Amino acid sequence: MPQRTTSTRSSMLAALAGQQNAGKSTLFNALTGVRQHIANYPGVTVEKKSGAYADHGLHVEVVDLPGTYSLTSFSLEERVARDFLLHDGPDVVIDVLDASALERGLPLTFHLIELGRRVVVALNMMDVAEGLGLDVDVDALRAALGVPVVGLIGRRGVGVDRLRETIRTMAQPDTPSPAVAVVDYGTLEASIATVEQAIAEIAAQRSRTASRGVALMLLEGAAAAELLPGIPTPDLRRLQQVVKREIEGFAASAAQVADHIVERRVRRAREIVSACVRTRRMGAPLSEKIDRIVLNRWIASPFLLAIVWTVYELSIVQGYELTKITWPFLASFRNWASSVLPAGGFLHDPLTRALGLWMVDSVNTLLNYVPIFLILFALIAILEDTGYMARIAFILDRVLKRFGLHGQSTLPLILAGVFAGGCAVPGVMATRAIPDPRARLATILTVPFMNCLAKVPLYALLIALYFPDHKGLILFYLSTITVVFALLIAKLLTTTVLGHMPTAPFVMELPYYHLPTVGGVLRRAIERTWLYVKKVGTIVVAVAAVIFVLLQFPGLSPERAAHYETRSASAISAFRQQMAGSPYSPAIATQERLVDLVNVYTAYRAEKLNAGSKSSSDAIDAAYTRDHSDFVPFLIRSRDAKARAAANALKTLVDTRKDLRREMKDERLVGSVLGMVGRALEPVTRFAGFDWRINVALLSSFAARESSVATLGALFGSEDGDVKRLEERIGEHGSGMQYTTVTAVAVMLFFALYPPCLATMIMVRLQTGSTRWMLFSMAFPTLLGLGVATGIQAIAPLFGADGLITVSIVYGATVLLALVVGLIPNPFVRRPVVPATTASNPQASP
Amino acid sequence: MVPSLDDLRPGETGRVVTLHGGGAVRRRLLDMGIVPGAEVEVVRNAPLRDPIEIRVGNSFIVLRRGEAARIEISRRPADAD
Repeated sequence: MPQRTTSTRSSMLAALAGQQNAGKSTLFNALTGVRQHIANYPGVTVEKKSGAYADHGLHVEVVDLPGTYSLTSFSLEERVARDFLLHDGPDVVIDVLDASALERGLPLTFHLIELGRRVVVALNMMDVAEGLGLDVDVDALRAALGVPVVGLIGRRGVGVDRLRETIRTMAQPDTPSPAVAVVDYGTLEASIATVEQAIAEIAAQRSRTASRGVALMLLEGAAAAELLPGIPTPDLRRLQQVVKREIEGFAASAAQVADHIVERRVRRAREIVSACVRTRRMGAPLSEKIDRIVLNRWIASPFLLAIVWTVYELSIVQGYELTKITWPFLASFRNWASSVLPAGGFLHDPLTRALGLWMVDSVNTLLNYVPIFLILFALIAILEDTGYMARIAFILDRVLKRFGLHGQSTLPLILAGVFAGGCAVPGVMATRAIPDPRARLATILTVPFMNCLAKVPLYALLIALYFPDHKGLILFYLSTITVVFALLIAKLLTTTVLGHMPTAPFVMELPYYHLPTVGGVLRRAIERTWLYVKKVGTIVVAVAAVIFVLLQFPGLSPERAAHYETRSASAISAFRQQMAGSPYSPAIATQERLVDLVNVYTAYRAEKLNAGSKSSSDAIDAAYTRDHSDFVPFLIRSRDAKARAAANALKTLVDTRKDLRREMKDERLVGSVLGMVGRALEPVTRFAGFDWRINVALLSSFAARESSVATLGALFGSEDGDVKRLEERIGEHGSGMQYTTVTAVAVMLFFALYPPCLATMIMVRLQTGSTRWMLFSMAFPTLLGLGVATGIQAIAPLFGADGLITVSIVYGATVLLALVVGLIPNPFVRRPVVPATTASNPQASP
Repeated sequence: MVPSLDDLRPGETGRVVTLHGGGAVRRRLLDMGIVPGAEVEVVRNAPLRDPIEIRVGNSFIVLRRGEAARIEISRRPADAD
């Protein structure tokens, strides 16, 4: 770059380019460490990762370009990479080249050199090449290409320092740009020269070194306006005329010119490989030996099932065990919040207290899942990094294709919760990698049907309540039926509303198996979990606040408020009567002291309940004895008869208070805005078996599915100091619910089909770029879910079926339907193959 | 009949003659090394027979039979050019 070469630079911009599976991400992480920044390229959904490192006073900013096989304009990723190289002026381009697949990788290297940038080749995967019996002569390669070449084993960090050093020397002002004529295009050379000349005429101020690469892209059929922005239109038109003449003089079409260019590059790559690589005869590569077992016709499916089961067992089952360890921390956080917020009154709490506790509850419910997510996403990252995820796509493509999906729909579906526990947000994001537009949209619309982690608590709750003897069976039904539903819905959508959309084929590289690195796996797991937590931090908290308001207002009428005041006053006077003459009554001489006592008692009980051991329980006793000595007789069990009487009287009072508060809350809820909406919907949802309480829970779950359980929690009254899990609380309430097991089945199936939560919908909007699809993704499942639930409510009683029989029949029928649909041969109409696909990118990490 | 990649059984080898069709898919296949003159070996079928896995040089690539049918090959490996 001649325009800024007066002295050694203090900062550089480096672009990391290379093909998929060449180990680009690993090298990026090795270079930049934790200092990374993820954004989108302007106007598109392609992820832009950038990071930086300091090296002997040189600040190097590294941008990780999307992995591409070449730089055509066929895919979004390739266009993004091309535009960055052309327009953002990186000082150096690090070309990550897979040493074990040089012949395939070199054509891109040629193109990068032809663009006139300073290129350094990072010859990665030297160990893999070694394992394949390939001896790569790095010096010979350097001589052939005319650019620095550094041998690397990115995953182990070998050679990274050498690469940094090479990049540093390139900051020297006298570093020459490489010779761009690295490939001889034979009969096309004259045309290249003519086009280069034409470019020079209209863009003289530009660095001329880049023009060979640009001329080649023009001759391949790329639009001049995209390659040379800012050039006046008449000039561009003149250039385009020259290009057109040259193409017509050479061949029948630009595609044939492109073929010629590819052929020449491949030929040159072969020449270089035969000169620089010595092949020792080896047996089949290790990966192939593994695949002979793992992809064996008979073993593949059982092995896949075993992997799926292992992931489920480790993340969901064991992760849930882990949450039992982490829950007390969240509970003590709530107790802490309860202690710092303004103290509650006897009957009413200050608004700040009520709202604060509500927010803490909402956040806690969500944070409770973090251990499960970490394990799940780490395991998925392991599947991706080892290369097995690509094999899953290979195994399942045929099945998925039958239902209008694509082999690469697997990762989004797994992220969203094939294993009964995932999150649709990263799931929808991961659909980017699907190259088939129709299958991609179908995947986006079916991903929310998977059992995201937030659906699971509601299932668990209802199963524990209504099917305590068949827990495993029902959970198995629910976690598998959603996949079957999703397949059927995908089939339905792709043959109807999506029928007109173009499709694209399944073409993918199977990467060699790799041992994943701890750092890489952790990084991915934390990134995806963080995405989930961010959702908690923003949308869920905001929505929780809105729902709080909708549940609180307009509040009780003055008459009803007075009614409760009277009842609480009589409870207090009854307590005072019992305490008359007790030696402990001076401690509660005033009304304020009495409310204090009630609050201290409630906090004490909550802490005792959360205490895990005898010693921590004793510590709590000690702390209360120290801080509230005059209340001790009421709190801590003693032999003194008068103290026992006082404690019993207080317990009665607190119980009455609890009941009063619960009644008030119920009444306030019935009259609240959300309650009214829930009631207004009851005439419709009645047929599905949903009363207004369930309506309210489902309404709020739209905001975030987690909220359904949080709202149910509120509906079933989480009283101050009550840190029990929701299962226990609703269990205690069970007698109050007039629902049957069939209702439970209807609710669970409705919930399985329920529309995506708000965050997912925003992601759907982002990934489809269409508000209409977003609205469709909301309306369609709602109607479908209501239909299914209503059908169950209407039909099941006719046969006197209970919930267990109903769910079994529904399950059997759905699976049967899927088998029939799957086995019917496709009335196969070849769809037009899409002209410009979004690149298939199996390893891209969302 | 002109043989295509789809006609090869696992373990059989052929040499690419032409890629039919056009657009992004064809370019993708070319970029992956499935270029005229390249030697390809069918490694295996997926458990449900489709897609197939092929080997080009040291790379393993999977593609559906529909696409394989558009890759014309010659069964008798020709002399290297």
